[in-house]
Amino acid sequence: MADRTVLSGTRRQFLRSGAALAGGLLATPFLNRRAFAQPVELTMLAWYGHAEPDVVAAFEAEHNVKFKPKYYTGGDNMLGLIAQSPPGTFDVILSDAEYVQQLNAAGYIEELDPADYNFDDYFPEFQQFPGHWQDGKLFSVLTRFGFLGVAYNTDAISEKEASTYNVYWDEKLTGKVGHFDWHLPNLGQISLLQDNPSPYDIDEDAWEALQEKTMTLRPQIGGFFDYGGTFSSLQNGQMLAMAGIGDWITGTLERNGAKVRSVIPEEGGLQWTESFSIGKGTAKADLAKKWIQYITSPEGQVKSATMAAYPALIPNKDGWELLATEDPAEAKRQGMLLDDPNNAVELIRKGRIKYRQLPVQQSLEDWNDFWSDYKGA
Amino acid sequence: MTAPSRPGLAAGRVPARSETPGQVRPAGVQPAPERERKTVSVYGLTFSLPMLLWQLIFFLAPLLFLIALSFWTVRNFRMEPDFNPDNWSRMLGRSVFWEAYLRTLLLSASAAIVTSALAFPASYAIAFKLSDTARRWAIFLMVIPFFTSYLVRVYSWQIFLSDNGIINAALAPLGLGPFPMLNSDFGTMVGYLTLCLPLVILLQLFSLIFVDRNLVEAAHNLRCGRLRTVFEVVVPAARVGLTIAALFCFILTFGDFVSPLYLGGGDPPTLSILITDTTKSGQQWPRAAVVALVMIATLLVIAFAAVRFAYRERGR
Repeated sequence: MADRTVLSGTRRQFLRSGAALAGGLLATPFLNRRAFAQPVELTMLAWYGHAEPDVVAAFEAEHNVKFKPKYYTGGDNMLGLIAQSPPGTFDVILSDAEYVQQLNAAGYIEELDPADYNFDDYFPEFQQFPGHWQDGKLFSVLTRFGFLGVAYNTDAISEKEASTYNVYWDEKLTGKVGHFDWHLPNLGQISLLQDNPSPYDIDEDAWEALQEKTMTLRPQIGGFFDYGGTFSSLQNGQMLAMAGIGDWITGTLERNGAKVRSVIPEEGGLQWTESFSIGKGTAKADLAKKWIQYITSPEGQVKSATMAAYPALIPNKDGWELLATEDPAEAKRQGMLLDDPNNAVELIRKGRIKYRQLPVQQSLEDWNDFWSDYKGA
Repeated sequence: MTAPSRPGLAAGRVPARSETPGQVRPAGVQPAPERERKTVSVYGLTFSLPMLLWQLIFFLAPLLFLIALSFWTVRNFRMEPDFNPDNWSRMLGRSVFWEAYLRTLLLSASAAIVTSALAFPASYAIAFKLSDTARRWAIFLMVIPFFTSYLVRVYSWQIFLSDNGIINAALAPLGLGPFPMLNSDFGTMVGYLTLCLPLVILLQLFSLIFVDRNLVEAAHNLRCGRLRTVFEVVVPAARVGLTIAALFCFILTFGDFVSPLYLGGGDPPTLSILITDTTKSGQQWPRAAVVALVMIATLLVIAFAAVRFAYRERGR
């Protein structure tokens, strides 16, 4: 009996301490969560660079968030990725302006409340950006933009020579002109050279003329390059001029000492824009909204302008002022000084910049097919 | 590889084709009936079933899906199941497709020939001239390139081949150049060699190692010249390995995307570049599937023809 009592006492003690231990173990995650809360994961579908630490680290720390990026290469790629994923997969979606309408038409993005965003701090040109609004409803908030012009090697070509798209046909550049391999910016530039006031809204005659003119450029072309190939061919001097790009590539190279620049030629330049939307069906809409508020605030805008992957212009006037204080050299290099009469916004006001957009009177397929024929010619 | 079957030749009697080398049948013994030899054992099935399942799940099923996909349609960047032959007529009706097809075929065939020709002296020397230790080192050195990503190796070629690159810089003091090498078929070929040369040397080598030395000695004893011995004794004896090596080179280069893009400048495009062009703009995966299926069909025909040639009986 005595033994039993002892045994029983031991068992009771064992069970008691065991229960206390198990309870403690089970409670540990809750204690931990309270003391060191697990970061909330926010998925972002974007071009490369947008969810890298140089842009998101401060926001992640402040809101205890961890971004999970899915990077794409081009608007079509982005639409494909969304189409193949279940609703709610992406909390925030970065898109080029011409694809926002497609996102909206397919029902991939949530309607936004304009009152949530600081449009009053934006330059007037960007407060009601075309394509971001549909029937007075907001679906996307512009966060950055850039210009496309003639990218050139400063050792081989002067800025004056590069100030017209005709430089692509210059004899000294035979075999040294490259294309960023996407039809929209390249054909848009030649459309500008053809004096089409609206480079993507052209009738059949103008489209025929554009194709003919483009074909005459083919013997000059040394290659068709993706993002990485464009970088390396400009960096190593293999290509002396590049059609279809702008400061978003040459700016990065220039910051690293390469002798390349971009200029807006006399025929005008094209404008690309990037904006954030909230993915349809997300469970973290509030956090996604906070992110868009952050990246469009002056602090976020400075990070956006100086993004390590590729620089860009920003639409927030207060952002310009903060950039001029924090990084005056970059503000000057990109033309974002408010007192500069030729700054980026002034270029738009002078009518020298046209939006890059999807073809209006032809189908995207027509432009695609011509581009394949041109490449194979 | 079939090469290991060659040592059987050393017995001095050439076995009949139906016999496994080394298993020369004693006179008077009748061959076992076909039925008995083809009995499938549970043991054999256990080991062959995973392979069969693997092929069904990861080759046949995706292939069937690819065929179905080629009839789908794309509306507003979304693929919709359909049975629409338009993708086939549209892709096969375009001259740009056939130009890219012929170009790719020509580039890959050239790569197979050039790579085989450049690899043969090396594999011959390693097989016949080096000591066992040196041969082991040579094989080890041939494996080393695979330690680094192919993409990285191709990118590093740009530093050598560009107009301002290492090769042209070395030639400049001699008053030569600059030679345009990057963004050309030459550049593409350099990339193809980077991809295939070590592999082709290894495949050729494992075939040449097992060439019966007695045959070579016999040829020499019969006053056959060294070069003639190579072409009339060594090459025919190693035909299977040499053909399979060239076939591998053809297959790898036919579908390669990296070299034509990063060393050939994507100008003009090959079929692999045409596939990416078709998918990245307009989400035309069904049309890309058409290109892919034509490529698969081409590779199957070439592979069957090459294997048939490799195992063809002499004199036929």
